[in-house]
Amino acid sequence: MEQKAQPNVPENQPDLNPAGSTPSPAATALQREHPEYVTEVVAALAETTLIVPREQIAAACRYLKSTPGLEFNFLSDLCGFDRGPEAEPRFEVNYHLFSTTKHHRVRLKVLLNEDDPHVTTVTGVWRTANWHERETFDLFGIVFDEHPDLRRILLPDDWQGHALRKDFPLRGYEPYSLE
Amino acid sequence: MSAAVNIPSQFEIVDQPLDTQMTISMGPQHPSTHGVLRLELVLDGEMVVKTTPDIGYLHTGMEKLFEYRKYQQGIVITDRMDYLNPLGNNLAYVMAVEKLLQLEIPERAQTIRVLFCELQRIASHLVWLGTHALDLGAMTVFFYAFREREKILNLIEAASGGRMTPSYFRIGGLMMDIPAGFERRVQQFQNDFPQAVKEFHKLITGNRIFQKRTQGIGYISAEDAIDWGLSGPSLRGSGVNVDVRRTNPYSSYESYDFEVPTEADGDVWARYMVRMREMTESHRIVAQALSRLRPGSVKADAPKVVLPDREAMKTHMDALIHHFLIVAEGFDVPAGEVYHPIEASKGELGVYIKSIGGPKPARVHFRGPSFINLSALPHMSRGCMIADMVAIIGSLDIVLGEIDR
Repeated sequence: MEQKAQPNVPENQPDLNPAGSTPSPAATALQREHPEYVTEVVAALAETTLIVPREQIAAACRYLKSTPGLEFNFLSDLCGFDRGPEAEPRFEVNYHLFSTTKHHRVRLKVLLNEDDPHVTTVTGVWRTANWHERETFDLFGIVFDEHPDLRRILLPDDWQGHALRKDFPLRGYEPYSLE
Repeated sequence: MSAAVNIPSQFEIVDQPLDTQMTISMGPQHPSTHGVLRLELVLDGEMVVKTTPDIGYLHTGMEKLFEYRKYQQGIVITDRMDYLNPLGNNLAYVMAVEKLLQLEIPERAQTIRVLFCELQRIASHLVWLGTHALDLGAMTVFFYAFREREKILNLIEAASGGRMTPSYFRIGGLMMDIPAGFERRVQQFQNDFPQAVKEFHKLITGNRIFQKRTQGIGYISAEDAIDWGLSGPSLRGSGVNVDVRRTNPYSSYESYDFEVPTEADGDVWARYMVRMREMTESHRIVAQALSRLRPGSVKADAPKVVLPDREAMKTHMDALIHHFLIVAEGFDVPAGEVYHPIEASKGELGVYIKSIGGPKPARVHFRGPSFINLSALPHMSRGCMIADMVAIIGSLDIVLGEIDR
């Protein structure tokens, strides 16, 4: 493999995604105005990732949505990731934000420990987060506090375990029966 | 039926003191739910008070499966998500992996990708048109739409060998070049299609019954549509001019000349008109892509990622070794994470891939546009008549394979 893992986009690389090229205005604005919202900024592959403390996620989202010039009024995607049973912190929750007026994108990331996988919901900021968070709860067991309707969505209500966790076997523990 | 037109969807319905409400289950075998979707409807007479979609009947754990397959094996899984738009899914997935690998795709491959994606968009919209009209009682449109779709499926079959599951786009380019005489066949479709669109308009656009059943039904405002994360034609039907092909161009879309149709009304009719106009725009893009086809390679110059040509494999030792290693062991993708959105036929299809190195992804997540569009259904259907439910579901153009994944 000729390509090496690049923490930053080198200057001679083609700009793959001009709308999200580094440094993102969202990252700099958020760091300048509210340094408590951002613990780390990662710029790689023409995308910007902001690591946000989990207590601040709803406030950070609300700020990014309502600040003129940023206007992240559209939650594109919300998904979880399991780093594996040994990793600490174990879970990541990714928020992919988009602005329908400014056309830029940014990713927020919250890191969660296995013994306390709780994060505040962002359904109050974007109503579309409802099903995204239900899906993440269903498949990873991440609990979104204050969510209006946190139920399983893809798997049956009486399903045991969380299927996308790394320690959940591909074929499940036993054949699922409706009885 | 006409009473429903005057009820705004934000209308707050007070609980009935006389206990006249009834809960019924619509689906999962209901023909107009386009798959296996179940809706729990709370009705007051014929009026829908509350809708609770129940999904997951088709859940097959595809996102889990990706983590156990090599990158190139994931392409065939994407075909089976939104099975009406498999080439769009292929494109989103392979472009995300290409972004991780930082591969440059040759111009010819990009042009062919655009050509096929737009043909696929027309095919997907034709299925929507046929079934949407069928749900509302116009049966003839279905046959006309499927006749045209058949021509597109034949084109896809000629190039890839598959009709519903082409897996034609590969990481680093295409499976193989288009066959000889393919341009002529596309041109033939191009010549016939404008006449077909005229026929569709003649069949239902001017139909009074169809208009009455779609205008003013399933209203959603622009602010609500953004808040609910609607995308694609469903969002543009509310007057929001957002198209990923324009806002975050990929595969050289920035160099094509096309319009992004929007309609301000936000009802079923507006979404119908957006899709009808989009078919014409896609037809224009196909014509441009066709005129741009120049001879050249359809595979990136990355021998460790892209399978070599069959001839080279038989004559060159290094090509044979690369072929063996790619098939047997896969290729390493550097650690990183990408979110790559494309404009699929139903809206923003985003692929999130997390790599920790190695030949298999650590996480692949699909932001299915149908999944999110369906989540807005309870909002759009509040206060509508139960017969209009069918129209609203049809106007969202959902595919359950993508919703349940």
